Amino acid sequence: MNRPHCLAVENLRKSFHSGGRVVRALNGVSLQLHQGETLGVIGESGSGKSTLGRIAVGLDTASAGSVMIDGERLEALTPALRRQRLRTCQMIFQDPYSSLNPRLTIGRQIGEGLLSAGMSDWRAIRQVVEDLLERVGLKREMHDRYPHEFSGGQRQRIAIARALAPGPRIVVADEPVSALDVSIQAQILDLMAELQAEKQLSYLFISHDMAVIARLCDRIAVMHRGRLVETGPARSVIEAPAHPYTRMLLDAVPRFGRRRSGARPVSVTLPQHGDDDVLVTIADGHQVLRSNGS
Amino acid sequence: MTVLSQTVPRRPRVSPTVLLGLGLATIIVLASLLAPMLAPFDPLRMAAGPRLAAPSLAHLFGTDEFGRDLFSRVLAGGRLSLGIGISAVVSGLLVGGVVGLAAAFGGRLTEAVLLRVIDVLYSFPDTLIALALVAFLGPGIENATLAIAISLVPFYARVTYGLAAAERSKPYIEAARLAGIRSGRLVRVHVMPNIGQSLVVMATLGFSSAILSAAGLSFLGLGVQPPSPEWGAILASGRNYITKAPWILIFPGLAICLTVLSFNLIGDSLRDLADPRRKARS
Repeated sequence: MNRPHCLAVENLRKSFHSGGRVVRALNGVSLQLHQGETLGVIGESGSGKSTLGRIAVGLDTASAGSVMIDGERLEALTPALRRQRLRTCQMIFQDPYSSLNPRLTIGRQIGEGLLSAGMSDWRAIRQVVEDLLERVGLKREMHDRYPHEFSGGQRQRIAIARALAPGPRIVVADEPVSALDVSIQAQILDLMAELQAEKQLSYLFISHDMAVIARLCDRIAVMHRGRLVETGPARSVIEAPAHPYTRMLLDAVPRFGRRRSGARPVSVTLPQHGDDDVLVTIADGHQVLRSNGS
Repeated sequence: MTVLSQTVPRRPRVSPTVLLGLGLATIIVLASLLAPMLAPFDPLRMAAGPRLAAPSLAHLFGTDEFGRDLFSRVLAGGRLSLGIGISAVVSGLLVGGVVGLAAAFGGRLTEAVLLRVIDVLYSFPDTLIALALVAFLGPGIENATLAIAISLVPFYARVTYGLAAAERSKPYIEAARLAGIRSGRLVRVHVMPNIGQSLVVMATLGFSSAILSAAGLSFLGLGVQPPSPEWGAILASGRNYITKAPWILIFPGLAICLTVLSFNLIGDSLRDLADPRRKARS
C-alpha cells in the first residue's frame, strides 16, 4: 500500500460543548485515504465517525489537528483556496429524503454543482445532468421531476449524481445505504463500485454495518469513542481482528460471527484508552491501538 | 422502476373555522374596497341626519355627535385600517425578513449581534414600540404606519431567523454548500421557497396585530387624525357618549373585533396546514 494519499487527517481533535459539558467526538485521529481506494470507517453511533467525515469535506472544523488534500494543509490556505480544494471532496448523505431540496427539480439540484464549478449555460448543464442521470441508472426525462416523485433508492442515486457533478476525486459517503432496503442497498453499493472504477474515485465510506463495509472496502478503520482502535486491510481486519472492540463488532454480524457454535457471547471488557496509547503494527498495514502499560 | 405516489398532497379537510374566517375576511375586504359605492352618505358630511340618532333604516349604524352617518364612517374606516395594516405588515415583513436571513446566513458575528438586538427589541410589546416611535415622529397616518411597521420588524426578524436557521442545518443545504453555492444563491434558490409558505402565515397573524395597533394609536389621538373615520379614531370620539349613544362605540368596535378574529382564524388554520409536524415527509 504505497499509493499516494489524496486525503489525510492528522491528530484530529474535535470537542462539542453541550449544556456545559464537553463532549469529545474525536480524540486525535490520524488516517490516510489512498488514491482510488475505499476506506471503510466503522464504529457505533457516537464513535466520531460522522464527525470525521464532516470535517474531511469541510462541513465542520476541527478543534485541533489538520486535514490535508494531496499533501496540502487546508488550514494554511486562504478561505477561497480552501473552498476550491474542498470542491474535490463531495459527500453522500445518509437520509435520501432530507438531503434533497423538496422544492427544486432534481435536474436543477444536480446542475448547481456544475454552475458553481464554472459552467454558466443552463442548456449545456442540462446535457451533462441528463448524462449523469443516465449514468446512475435513472432516465434522462426525469430531469424536471421533484424529489417526492422518487423512491428512497432512486433518491440516493440522485444524491450520488449530485455529488459527482462537480467532478470530485474524493467522496465521503456517510451511511449511504443505511436508510435503504437491503435489496436496494446492494444495487447502490454496486453502482458506487462501478463509478469508482470509472472515475478513479476514492471513497471514505462511513458505516456501522460490518457486512456493508466488508462488501465494498479495501481497508477498514475501526473507531471507538473518538479514537482509531484498529486499522488495516479489510481481509486482515475481518479474519484476524486484534482489538476487543473489533471482535465485538464482528461477533454482532451473523455472517462473520463466531456464534455459530451456539456458545453464548462472552461479555468483553473494552480497554479505556488514554492519549498516550499508540497504534502497534501487527501485520502488513494492520495496526491496533494498545493500552500503554498492559 | 416505479414512481411512488405516496406523497401526492392529500386535499386538506377544510374546517368550519377557516371557512368562517375566510367568509368574514372576504366581506370585510370587499366592503372596505367598495366603501365609496356602498356608503349611503359621505363619511365626513356633518348633519347627514339627526345628532346621536339610534340605528334605523335611514342610518343603519346610527349617527354620531355631529350627525355623521356611522355606517358610512365604519365602511370608510375599513379602507384606512386595512390599508395601514397591509402596508405595515408588508414593509415590516420585508425588513424583518432580510434581517432574519442575514442573521441566519451572515456568519457567526452577524448572527450574534443581530440576534441580541432583535431579542432586546422583541421583549417590548409591539404597541409600546409603536407608541414610543409615534411620540418621537409625531402623530399622523404615515408616521403611525411607519411606527407599526417598525414595531413588527423584531417579530418578523425573529420568525424568519428561526425558520431559516432550522433550514440551514438540513442536509440538502449542506449538500448545496458542498457543491460550492454561495450564501446569496443558497438563500434565494434553496431557503426562500422552503420558508415562504410559513412566512405568509406569519404575515396573516401579524396583520391582525397591526390593525389593533393602528386602532390603538388612533384611539390615543396619535394615529389617524379626526375627522378621518379610522375605527380607533371613531371609538375615541364616541367615548364621551357611551351611555347616550353606545352604537358609536359598538359598531367600530365590532368591526375591529371581527377583522382581527377573521385574520387570526385564517392565520391559525394556515399555520396548522404548514406545520411540518402535521405534514408527511416530502
